[in-house]
Amino acid sequence: MDNYFVADKADVCIIGAGHAGCEAALASARMGLKTIIFALNLDSIAMMPCNPSIGGTSKGHLVREIDALGGEMGKNIDKTYLQNRMLNTGKGPAVYSLRAQADKNKYHTEMKRTMENTENLQIKQGEVVEILADDEKKVCGVKIESGNVYECRAAVLCTGTYLKARCLYGNTIIESGPNGMRNSVNLSRSLESLGIRLQRFKTGTPARVDKRTIDFSKMKIQLGDEKITPFSFENKAEDIYREQIPCYLTYTNGRTHEIIKENLDRSPLYGGVIKGTGPRYCPSIEDKVVRFADKERHQLFIEPEGEDTNEMYVQGMSSSLPADVQLKMYRTVAGMENVSIMRNAYAIEYDCLEANQLKLNLELKAVKGLFSAGQFNGTSGYEEAAAQGIAAGINAVKYVRGEEPFILDRSEAYIGVLIDDVVTKTSKEPYRMMTSRAEYRLLLRQDNADLRLSDYGYSFGLISEKRYEEFKKKRELIEKEIERVRKINIGPKPEVNSLLESLGTRTLKTGAKLTELIKRPEACYEALKDIDPERPDLPENVREQVNIQIKYEDYINRQIEQVERFKKLEGRRIPEDIDYSRVPSLRIEARQKLELIRPVNIGHASRISGVSPADINMLLVYLN
Amino acid sequence: MNIGLYDTIAAVSTPAGSGGIGIVRISGENAVGVLEKIFVPKGAKKVRDIKSHTITYGNIVSEGKVIDEVLVSLMKAPRTYTREDVAEINCHGGITAVNSVLRAALKGGARLAEPGEFTKRAFLNGRIDLLQAEAVAEIISSKTEKAKQSAVNKLGGMLSKKIGAIREEIISAEAAIEAAIEYPEHDEEIVTMNSTKDVAVKALKEVRGLIEGAACGKIYTAGINAVILGKPNVGKSSFLNYILDEERAIVTDIPGTTRDALSETVNIKGIPVNITDTAGIRQTGDKIEKIGVDKSFKYAEEADIIFMMTDGSRGLSEEDIRLLEFIKGKKAIIIINKSDLKQITTEETLLPYAERENIITVSVKEDMGVDLIFERLKALFMLGEIDINDSACITGERNLESLRKAEKALMNVIETVDGGFPEDFLSMDLNEAYSALGEITGESLEEDVIDKIFSQFCLGK
Repeated sequence: MDNYFVADKADVCIIGAGHAGCEAALASARMGLKTIIFALNLDSIAMMPCNPSIGGTSKGHLVREIDALGGEMGKNIDKTYLQNRMLNTGKGPAVYSLRAQADKNKYHTEMKRTMENTENLQIKQGEVVEILADDEKKVCGVKIESGNVYECRAAVLCTGTYLKARCLYGNTIIESGPNGMRNSVNLSRSLESLGIRLQRFKTGTPARVDKRTIDFSKMKIQLGDEKITPFSFENKAEDIYREQIPCYLTYTNGRTHEIIKENLDRSPLYGGVIKGTGPRYCPSIEDKVVRFADKERHQLFIEPEGEDTNEMYVQGMSSSLPADVQLKMYRTVAGMENVSIMRNAYAIEYDCLEANQLKLNLELKAVKGLFSAGQFNGTSGYEEAAAQGIAAGINAVKYVRGEEPFILDRSEAYIGVLIDDVVTKTSKEPYRMMTSRAEYRLLLRQDNADLRLSDYGYSFGLISEKRYEEFKKKRELIEKEIERVRKINIGPKPEVNSLLESLGTRTLKTGAKLTELIKRPEACYEALKDIDPERPDLPENVREQVNIQIKYEDYINRQIEQVERFKKLEGRRIPEDIDYSRVPSLRIEARQKLELIRPVNIGHASRISGVSPADINMLLVYLN
Repeated sequence: MNIGLYDTIAAVSTPAGSGGIGIVRISGENAVGVLEKIFVPKGAKKVRDIKSHTITYGNIVSEGKVIDEVLVSLMKAPRTYTREDVAEINCHGGITAVNSVLRAALKGGARLAEPGEFTKRAFLNGRIDLLQAEAVAEIISSKTEKAKQSAVNKLGGMLSKKIGAIREEIISAEAAIEAAIEYPEHDEEIVTMNSTKDVAVKALKEVRGLIEGAACGKIYTAGINAVILGKPNVGKSSFLNYILDEERAIVTDIPGTTRDALSETVNIKGIPVNITDTAGIRQTGDKIEKIGVDKSFKYAEEADIIFMMTDGSRGLSEEDIRLLEFIKGKKAIIIINKSDLKQITTEETLLPYAERENIITVSVKEDMGVDLIFERLKALFMLGEIDINDSACITGERNLESLRKAEKALMNVIETVDGGFPEDFLSMDLNEAYSALGEITGESLEEDVIDKIFSQFCLGK
């Protein structure tokens, strides 16, 4: 590195300050390492270039988990939300999903403020153009466009959708990152020269329209919940209460669809300018109209981008059609007849990683000390990015300190499922978290993320002593109360039966266990309070856990059994230096896949597509 | 994928059918626990109190019924073959008795052992050395492949289509639930608990039908694989019908009318035999028939025993000789048919191709001498000269186990709906049923549900 100007030295450098980068940087700095984070533009720190919301199904779980580990996303949205809703409350506690509309600008400002005031953390504007590695292929620094070199011992790539990004709608092609931000043109080459394989993904976003040009009386108003649920386990509802801002529901119609069909040839997607398929869970309106031609209308949600702006986000209408068609089709929608578009919808293409080059600690197999997180890893979504960000940040610290990596397994957290999937399965589209991907989801609830992960957060020094003490108290109260409830038998007394009758459930003729009554569909822990006179006065979050853990016990226990089977396989480690060419009788496909992914244990190996049970048996025999 | 490493396994460990007793071996942490559930020692003895390395007399009981009178050797770890707790149940021989005991053990909590798994454990637990282990590895690999192959072969069209249809219904129901969960604000009513219950009830009925079918041998394919070979019109189909005792194969006088192979499992002198009639072998220019002929050779190549049929009323043709050359050195019984007509080809004529004991003259039409064939078959079996194809045996039992898993899961689905639990609690069991059925047809869950969600519903922001 003789020819470079060494501007500074750090333990960890973070490249990119989106949702992944922010969490990675905060984790690293808070764990005590000197950390520098680079952004192409400091005004884009924690920018939300797509939907103005945080959370939702499975994503809300991720935010809760990030918070339990001591991350920032939950706290930041609690500070900056415009509307707060718990969705799915009728479908079972494991799929409750918390979502908040965000004030985008405030979200950015608050995150930036937090970062700026975090000890050990420096924020710098500049394009990182090169990752420097020594002869042993170990990260030793990063170089920015000015030629300045920052030496470091670990680096985390959080480049999002910026690498060689271009935005498209109609014939318009803009060489830029999202939202008109400059893109990164040089880093891809540096990564490839380090032997890292990249691929091209695409995604898209709808238009932003002027609130003053919308007739909301033609739409259905969508209000927030009366009862606010904070994302962060540190916050209480009353402390973050604020006046909420509504969203609106409207629909496309036949006329909208006609315009789209008439102009399909002008879409870069259908015209073939953009190659590859878009994410199925985030289809453009063109895709919806073509693929579900018999649907008469599609839902649209009109969501505020912030309190201090007239910009509204049109959820459900992402597109890459030309600007004139966009305006025409938006104007067919009820309430949007005179709408004025402020920012056009567009599709974006970018370089990202073939993620099977990662280890489960999110470190690249090819370069020691080089980690990556977020959309660069081929995922989609702010929450997915942040979840990987905190994991990568913690692991970068662990790496620098020479400690064992931090890996959550599939039975511990959605974060574990996410990272395991991203690293193990080769996804051909941006990966979105979904509850159906979590096979043990009855255990991985958003309500118990703190119970699952606070010990980790505390051990890393990412959650405070005070918070941890409170958490331990909560945990103890839950355990004690469940133990107490289990012992209670209820006799068929008149007051019992009159309560049961009022709940619409059958009355007792002989005694019954209180737990059995709680398990009845018409009843719950809370509703049986009056026939349980010894019940102590407990905080709501404790009562909630007691109810869930008793009411759904039978299902939870079956899931625990499944997890035990899973753990046995996860416990069988595969040595890092295994030579698969020496394992007899493996099929060629299995041998190639195992060589590529290099799974860490037998369970991991068994999840690789193309590896059969027979191959696993061969591997087991060889390993012994 | 289900590879429990330390769970308790069970399997029949004697070659099926030969000898007066059969042994079901159970090995693993919970071997004693499984035994406790199925074995009632004579006298007041308790299973827990049985001393290691002793033999105990008693009954195997399942669902309150005595299944067999047995001797049980209990050997506690580590001085056992696998170095785990091992129970060996010596039961009455014969495939039915041994398998009932095995099923009881599986119901009692054991899992069916993979091929070679006892030996694998012996190795994993340090009981045998590497050289031996490599040999085992070969066996595991070949047997697993074979078992899979045979599962696919045996199940064939109809059954896998049926299972495929049940799975399709289940996954559609599951996708609807997942879509509703994943997209709470989606405005269409995409799922109701009752429609899921309907699917489960229907699927349960079908699965139970398959289980019953399996019990009376339609899937259960344990047995000797036998093939009837011979040129056209020597009486193969008549012979098969004689065995089956019903008109299954088409019999005419026109050469070449039996084009496809027919396979049935029958009981011959107490021995289960999977018998396949093959297309009449002759030199042919007919394309379809050519395929049939090629298949016949393939079946014969893989069979445990070949019934080679000739027409005694005619001289040996070129085709006969070609077939006789083919069976040389293979396990075969040569049947000279049509003894009711004037004999031209005799046992003497055929001596160059087989031992005298394996050449039998009969008239299928007049029911003369056919029983001698069966006696000879039984003798060969008892002498251990032909063996039951045990990978097929495992296939049958494994399928049954998968069907039972699916049955249980579907019952759970119904119970969940009836119990008033919300949608989310249905997923676990729908997935379980779906993947259990997939085990039979060799398909897995993977990304199926997610693919289905997005192909079925228009969702997303």
